[in-house]
Amino acid sequence: MNLFEKIREGLTKTRDQLLTRIEWAVKGRPISEEAFDAIEEAIILSDAGLETTEYLIRELKEKWKRGQIKTSDDIERSIMDEVEKILLPVEKEVDTNTHKPFVILTIGVNGVGKTTTIAKLAHFFKKAQKKVLLGACDTFRAAAIEQLEVWAKRVNADIIKHSQGSDPAAVAFDAVKAARARDINILILDTAGRLHTKSNLMEEMKKIKRVIGKEIDGAPHETLLVVDATNGQNAIVQAKTFHDALHINGIIATKLDGTAKGGFILPIAHTLKIPIRFLGIGEKIDDLVPFQAHAFSRALFHSKD
Amino acid sequence: MLIGLQGSGKTTTAGKLALFLRKKARKPLLVPSDVYRPAAIEQLVKLGNQIMIDTFTMPEINDPLAICREAKAYAMKHGCDTLIVDTAGRLHINDEMIEELINQKKLLTPRETMLVLDAMTGQDAVNIASTFNEKVGVDGIILTKLDGDTRGGAAISIKAVTGKPIKFIGVGEKLDAIEPFHPERMASRILGMGDIVSLVEKAQEVFDEKQARALEKKIRKEEFTLEDFRDQIKQMKKLGSIESIISMFPGLSKFRGAIDFSQAEQDIKKTEAIINSMTQKERLFPTIIDGSRRLRISRGSGTNVQDVNELLKRYMEMKKMIKKFTKGGIKGFPKQLFMR
Ligand SMILES: Nc1nc2c(ncn2[C@@H]2O[C@H](COP(=O)(O)OP(=O)(O)OP(=O)(O)O)[C@@H](O)[C@H]2O)c(=O)[nH]1
Ligand SMILES: Nc1nc2c(ncn2[C@@H]2O[C@H](COP(=O)(O)OP(=O)(O)OP(=O)(O)O)[C@@H](O)[C@H]2O)c(=O)[nH]1
Ligand SMILES: [Mg+2]
Ligand SMILES: [Mg+2]
Repeated sequence: MNLFEKIREGLTKTRDQLLTRIEWAVKGRPISEEAFDAIEEAIILSDAGLETTEYLIRELKEKWKRGQIKTSDDIERSIMDEVEKILLPVEKEVDTNTHKPFVILTIGVNGVGKTTTIAKLAHFFKKAQKKVLLGACDTFRAAAIEQLEVWAKRVNADIIKHSQGSDPAAVAFDAVKAARARDINILILDTAGRLHTKSNLMEEMKKIKRVIGKEIDGAPHETLLVVDATNGQNAIVQAKTFHDALHINGIIATKLDGTAKGGFILPIAHTLKIPIRFLGIGEKIDDLVPFQAHAFSRALFHSKD
Repeated sequence: MLIGLQGSGKTTTAGKLALFLRKKARKPLLVPSDVYRPAAIEQLVKLGNQIMIDTFTMPEINDPLAICREAKAYAMKHGCDTLIVDTAGRLHINDEMIEELINQKKLLTPRETMLVLDAMTGQDAVNIASTFNEKVGVDGIILTKLDGDTRGGAAISIKAVTGKPIKFIGVGEKLDAIEPFHPERMASRILGMGDIVSLVEKAQEVFDEKQARALEKKIRKEEFTLEDFRDQIKQMKKLGSIESIISMFPGLSKFRGAIDFSQAEQDIKKTEAIINSMTQKERLFPTIIDGSRRLRISRGSGTNVQDVNELLKRYMEMKKMIKKFTKGGIKGFPKQLFMR
């Protein structure tokens, strides 16, 4: 089964609502300015944000004026194409071959799915014959270390840990050293959940980054933000704030198997232009799909296919 | 019994509640029944240890029902007066997992089934809350992670849609970071300031932003229909009763009791009933509502023709009035809606 099926399923309601509104807007009459108002409303309701929606509508209107849009099918197809165009530049696989060890630092607010996603990533890379090491830098949350340990065992990866309450930067330091010594391809560091509004926790993260950077030039090579689709528009704020403070180079959106609207991906791609690496679609180790602009735009806007 | 989506904060909240209850001289027992998530049980055990509260465990057993059954017996034997049952996170649309919750609930017959909800949850919050409520039954809501930048606006709509009270709020990761819910604190959070002018402005932010925008457009084009009118009433009701809105403001609380708000509430209900009794065509083109239609509508809504006339008059007045607001957006609009 196409893995995007699961996302399509979760997005059913969003999609139906969108398509119904669009069809309703243009049904049985020539397309007019008014129709675009209704379409605009429909797109906004999918969580796509004002700026991106307005951009999409501008593009659509241009096409309409040039006579390229005549029917509701034309509109649907054009929206899909425009969305795909927005998403295409952020469909970028992470290339872990550039460095050895390649260091991935995972960050995000509480409970979004960082630890689980790390396990999925480790599994993904191991399938590609990479040597993976995990670093348990969440020394704060109860049993966070144990949680990562269970996953490490399941995916058969080594783990570097200290005890709860110790300095996360110290764990990162040890993990980087170990990765070097053990000829590791990819080191993935788990960190404690932190709200993007807490400056002390941002500083802690900067310190971790500095420590890693001192050990290996240019590391972390991937500062990976995990966002929860259920958060909707707040995920966009999270991405902006974390990016400003810590310079993100990749994003993974989780819980797309739920009923969240999914449109929030658009502004992240459109305004922040940060590569979206993967989508999380469940709690199992295989529930991770590489982000695909084409498939995602279809999942959002296309009922057939 | 604490239930909710994955990662919403159930386990942490279980620990917080235990501490909270012990301070109230109760003897809680923590019961971890999340047999799925790696180290979930250990997480609760550790939290229990931190605050020296007993956590019930059954090593090697991965049946939530068995755990709950035994925990009950254990509590009885050890004189624990409150069981706090942590459950595994699950999607509201995962029927198999929901079924498990239903069975757990049957077995436990909990005094309180609490939905633990992340305050950052987006547009989907209402849908999530009402689905959990419909399928499992919820007595109250605990809103977590309110120490972030969310204003918790969703909370208000959830209260309005499900009718379930918000009982506690989580305001941090530490175990003492829980507070019983105080509407006035939430209000100042959502509204930011305490004066009535900003209430009106901020109310619009609680209102669905998109709907407000769409409405603004309609008003600009003078397409404001009775259907929109009804939507506005619905949105307004999301804020709570008029009295509760007023009482959110320290400076205004003295008016409590001085004004008969129940009358205003009645009016709103009546208005809604009348509009509901109209056909869509009538709502969109109110000018077609003639004498016989008025009679039908009044019968359907349990009001009299007088009321229908009154409403239509008010609607026409409002249509005129809101045109005046068109230049400056719809600021001040909701206030005018109910102040005759
Ligand atoms: N449905 C669904 N659940 C997920 C997904 N990813 C993670 N989860 C669940 O979300 C919950 C939280 O996941 P964690 O990996 O512990 O999240 P975290 O970000 O590490 O949490 P903290 O470290 O406490 O901040 C767990 O119950 C996971 O099983 C996903 O893609 N879909
Ligand atoms: N900032 C903040 N973090 C919180 C709050 N409540 C819980 N958390 C954090 O949110 C994350 C998830 O909390 P858990 O208690 O593990 O959530 P859960 O619902 O039990 O998760 P699952 O069992 O995986 O479904 C953890 O990092 C908690 O520390 C809160 O009120 N504020
Ligand atoms: Mg974690
Ligand atoms: Mg839990």
